[in-house]
Amino acid sequence: MKIEIQDLHFTYPTGPEALRGISLTIDSGEQVAIVGQNGAGKTTLVKHFNGLLQPTSGLIRVGDWNTKEHSVAKLAKHVGYVFQNPDEQLFSKNVGTEVAFGPKNLGFNGDQVQALVKDALALTDLSDKTETNPYDLSPTWRKMVALASIISMDTDIVIFDEPTTGQDAMNVARIANVIKTLRERGKTVITITHDIDFCAENFDRVIALSQGKILLDGKANDVLGQEQVLATTYVDPPQLTRLGKRLGFKETVKNEVEFLTTLKK
Amino acid sequence: MAIVNLQNVTYTYPLTKTPALQNINMQVNEGEFVAVIGPNGAGKSTLCYTLAGFVPHFFKGVITGTVEVVGQESSKSNLHEWVLNVGLAFQNPFNQISGAKYTVFDEIAFGLENTGVPREEMISRVEDTMKLTGISDLADRSPYSLSGGQQQRVALTSILVMQPKVLVLDEPTSQMDPIGTREVFGVIRTMAEKGMTVVLVEHKVEWIANFADRVIAIQDGQILLDGKPGDVLTSDLLVEKGFGISRYTSVARRAKALGLWKREKLPVTLDEAVEGFDPILQREKGVKP
Repeated sequence: MKIEIQDLHFTYPTGPEALRGISLTIDSGEQVAIVGQNGAGKTTLVKHFNGLLQPTSGLIRVGDWNTKEHSVAKLAKHVGYVFQNPDEQLFSKNVGTEVAFGPKNLGFNGDQVQALVKDALALTDLSDKTETNPYDLSPTWRKMVALASIISMDTDIVIFDEPTTGQDAMNVARIANVIKTLRERGKTVITITHDIDFCAENFDRVIALSQGKILLDGKANDVLGQEQVLATTYVDPPQLTRLGKRLGFKETVKNEVEFLTTLKK
Repeated sequence: MAIVNLQNVTYTYPLTKTPALQNINMQVNEGEFVAVIGPNGAGKSTLCYTLAGFVPHFFKGVITGTVEVVGQESSKSNLHEWVLNVGLAFQNPFNQISGAKYTVFDEIAFGLENTGVPREEMISRVEDTMKLTGISDLADRSPYSLSGGQQQRVALTSILVMQPKVLVLDEPTSQMDPIGTREVFGVIRTMAEKGMTVVLVEHKVEWIANFADRVIAIQDGQILLDGKPGDVLTSDLLVEKGFGISRYTSVARRAKALGLWKREKLPVTLDEAVEGFDPILQREKGVKP
């Protein structure tokens, strides 16, 4: 399912203009990372994809739907959104109920809900925690519950807002695996992240936002190599990209495999 | 001279069986910048709470051993005295913001108000500290209207303004943009140079390697390694135990296996990686190093 955005502007009631003319298209099945400095408008932008925010001016289409004409509840069938802070989204007394809440409300039947919940819990390594109260889990595992409760809704588009924040290496690998699985299932995955190495290792396309506008948008290697431009939105290129540049590599490398391949040349 | 001294500290939260900290022995010298790394659930936040006196005074539970900071023993002190020496920035800034103030400026002044600092001094300290952390332009905004990274800068500023002798930071940059993270590490380094003692919990290994004096790796509530960043962060033990390591270390380890990294020691910083890889490239191109 395609997302089309035309000349999107948004101003918060009491704040400055947060988005200042954004136009972009995200095709079905794309894996897109959104990067940029704090306050650049990343979260504001993605909250428009499921109708949580409505544009001050401009147009957003999700598939054939103009988001202005459909409720958040309707859009939830197509767009799942995992909040930056899991505590803003969890409320059930145990993990199983929490993860079943979304698909139940989307009208899946009992068997379907059960299958979706089972799959989402397996994907997030939570299968042994179904009876646990989410608030008895560590923040790390609460984050996984937040992921699972959106994955279980089986939406075409999944948005992650800073999924790796405060996560250790093992959990980052677990989240990377979730994204890989969603990719294989043909889902569109849009992820906001400050973890630029994670971005380089898991996404094909990178959009850099700066002060409510698109600064760069393109293939990961093209965007992540532009050190000076990225610096204007407070982003450093990935570690191995910087290393490659310092060593005088002609092409931009973004992960270990690319680095070692170029080194051997 | 050790300003922080933990001797055989074991702590168990109420209603739990397994101790969150087990037999921790840790000394930190005045003006030292120590980073603490470890997987989620290792006990990093509990260690922060212990240094800040929240364990055991707020969380209760059972603590054995001694926790000494600035010559005072935690179990014999009150939390309201303790906070004058030790400042803690929480992992989640949402949990730290008072909710009692309408502007960032007032939020940052909150601690000073409660410790009876004169008005003129309060205003100048708030202004200076906001300048230091780069948030002067947020002074009149509501703390709740800010992005996650901006809130973290506010949370850090409201601790720095108190000028604690010991600064304890629990993942203070987790929601910050990359260059913002580097800047904040720079600010923390500056505070350490000025004599503030810093204990910092972080996952961002590259900046720990560049800025910290020492690294302590903990797992399952126990200290696994304690030493110089270059030694701890390149240790094989970290990889074995599933810790995050820098991409420079990781790629050099693979290159070493392929015979493309010749040095004994693996790199943790960009500069070390460049120094190690560059001669190899020069040689392959037929240029004398």
